[in-house]
Amino acid sequence: MPAHSSRFKEQALAAFAAITPTPGVAKPDPIIVADKVTRRFGGLTAVNVDHVEIQRGSITALIGPNGAGKTTFFNLLTGFDSVNEGTWTLNGEQIAGTPPHKVARKGMVRTFQLTKALYRLSVLDNMRLAATGQRGESFIRGLFPFIWRKQESAITAQAEELLTRFKLIDKKSDFAAALSGGQRKLLEMARALMVKPEIVMLDEPMAGVNPALKQSLLGHIKDLRDEGMTVLFVEHDMDMVRDISDWVIVMAEGKIVAEGSPESVMGNQAVIDAYLGAHHDVSLDEGRS
Amino acid sequence: MDFLFITQQSLSAAIGVNTIIFALAAIGLNMHFGYTGLLNFGQAGFLAVGAYSVAVAVVSFNISLWIALLIGIGNSIILALLLGIPTLRLRADYLAIVTIAAGEIIRQIARSATFNDTLGGSDGITGKFGKEFFDLNPFSEGLNLPFLRYTPNDLWVVVVGWSVVALILALMWLLVNSPWGRLLKAIREDEDAVRSLGKNVYLYKIQSLIAGGVIGSIGGFVYALSRQSVQPDNYGTALTFFAYTVLILGGAARVMAPVAGAVIFWFLLVFVEQFLRQAVSAGYIPDWLIGVNQVGQIRFMLVGLGLMLLMIFRPQGIFGDRKELALDARA
Repeated sequence: MPAHSSRFKEQALAAFAAITPTPGVAKPDPIIVADKVTRRFGGLTAVNVDHVEIQRGSITALIGPNGAGKTTFFNLLTGFDSVNEGTWTLNGEQIAGTPPHKVARKGMVRTFQLTKALYRLSVLDNMRLAATGQRGESFIRGLFPFIWRKQESAITAQAEELLTRFKLIDKKSDFAAALSGGQRKLLEMARALMVKPEIVMLDEPMAGVNPALKQSLLGHIKDLRDEGMTVLFVEHDMDMVRDISDWVIVMAEGKIVAEGSPESVMGNQAVIDAYLGAHHDVSLDEGRS
Repeated sequence: MDFLFITQQSLSAAIGVNTIIFALAAIGLNMHFGYTGLLNFGQAGFLAVGAYSVAVAVVSFNISLWIALLIGIGNSIILALLLGIPTLRLRADYLAIVTIAAGEIIRQIARSATFNDTLGGSDGITGKFGKEFFDLNPFSEGLNLPFLRYTPNDLWVVVVGWSVVALILALMWLLVNSPWGRLLKAIREDEDAVRSLGKNVYLYKIQSLIAGGVIGSIGGFVYALSRQSVQPDNYGTALTFFAYTVLILGGAARVMAPVAGAVIFWFLLVFVEQFLRQAVSAGYIPDWLIGVNQVGQIRFMLVGLGLMLLMIFRPQGIFGDRKELALDARA
């Protein structure tokens, strides 16, 4: 790990140093604060989060067994699903009930568990699409290239810079469908950055990615924090969680059952119970595998 | 057999009035289906609204033809809003269901006895409502070449019609190569991804529906003016499906595709018909196999067979990119 990166990690960790690791604990500088967020599907309560805060400028992992409501909670926060009850704020502004495109414009951009590359668009067009405030996106102005051409070349330059950083520049003219699964994950992350978000929400960024690419993805996620962005991600890969997260929030059956540093959470009895069942009497080491 | 006559008829049809109408209908569908992924199965409804707006405004309300054309465009925008506002927030298939029903509702209203006075019932409206248009016709004689033959009025419609098609294609080319067009294509690929990037998908789908619908209604203007009459049953579902045939034949999501598709479609349709007709009357095809009266149906069978073969051996259409289609199948 390069020295500058560990400095940012120390900074992020320092913010958590004085916090008691209990579910729903207050953070010194929260970017997201959610209260009483409930989502029911018929008789099933998928999400029932009483209170949670996400610390700005940190990498927070959201973990939990299958069906814990992690992705649903993601969908709710980003406006892709609507709550039965509850409110949450982004930078102190109420955004509950805001449609997804407006949430994104406010600086919270997400990726998807099943990667959503735009297959029959070139890699470069995938990137350029995401730039905000494009003049040529209006029907009338789109008809007059001289209005948007200059902005378009600035966007292209920005896109090519990001593609270079994510090592996709050689693929820029290919259709996104021609990329491998891991490259699509990279593209999706790079594309989210075109929006210039404050907080990036990654839904299982490592799913289906080969080990070699995994390392580079991890590096990119750390870079996001080091550039001052907040990262909240859902993940099943515990090695990754341990490696990059500054803080871990554990969900089970729709509720937040534990919070804390990666090390403390993995030894937490509530977490082991959530993953293995309350009376499953095994040691932590066996539980991990 | 008179091969010169067969060629003349086929070529005249290939760049004739019907080709223009179907090209316009398919250009509109290309905007909807090819670029935005909207399944509009009611394109006939947009043509009907265009055609009836002109006929009704001029014949029943004595409005100038030029204002009637503007009314037609306004009405097609209203139709697009009516169809789009409730359905475009829902999954793609809802638009398909609603549009196919709406197209039929429009046709049934047009042919209903209730509005006989204004809409003309099942007979439609016949009258000189295109007079203002044909008064401008500079051609006192038609075209009578060995390979091409038009009456003066048809020639005028063909010249103006192709000019309009050229203008619309130019606008279409500008649009689909702009950031606006890139957004539509992105919506076709994955709406949620586009939403997650801060784009108002709903707004762009409505814009696409309006743009394609207006182009369709211009096809309706040509339909009405060229015949100086509107008949409700010309605007049935078959019109929509032929327009889709034309689009897919040319290759969806290619600007020029609807024109190529329409030219080939009408060339084949007329060529097969004329060929069979001549072959039957000359006795090359025995009467017990195909009678003269059956030619009209059999041409559709043969053209249908030809289209099937095309889809098997060139599923991307004439202009389409096979690689692109294969990517879609894998994804």
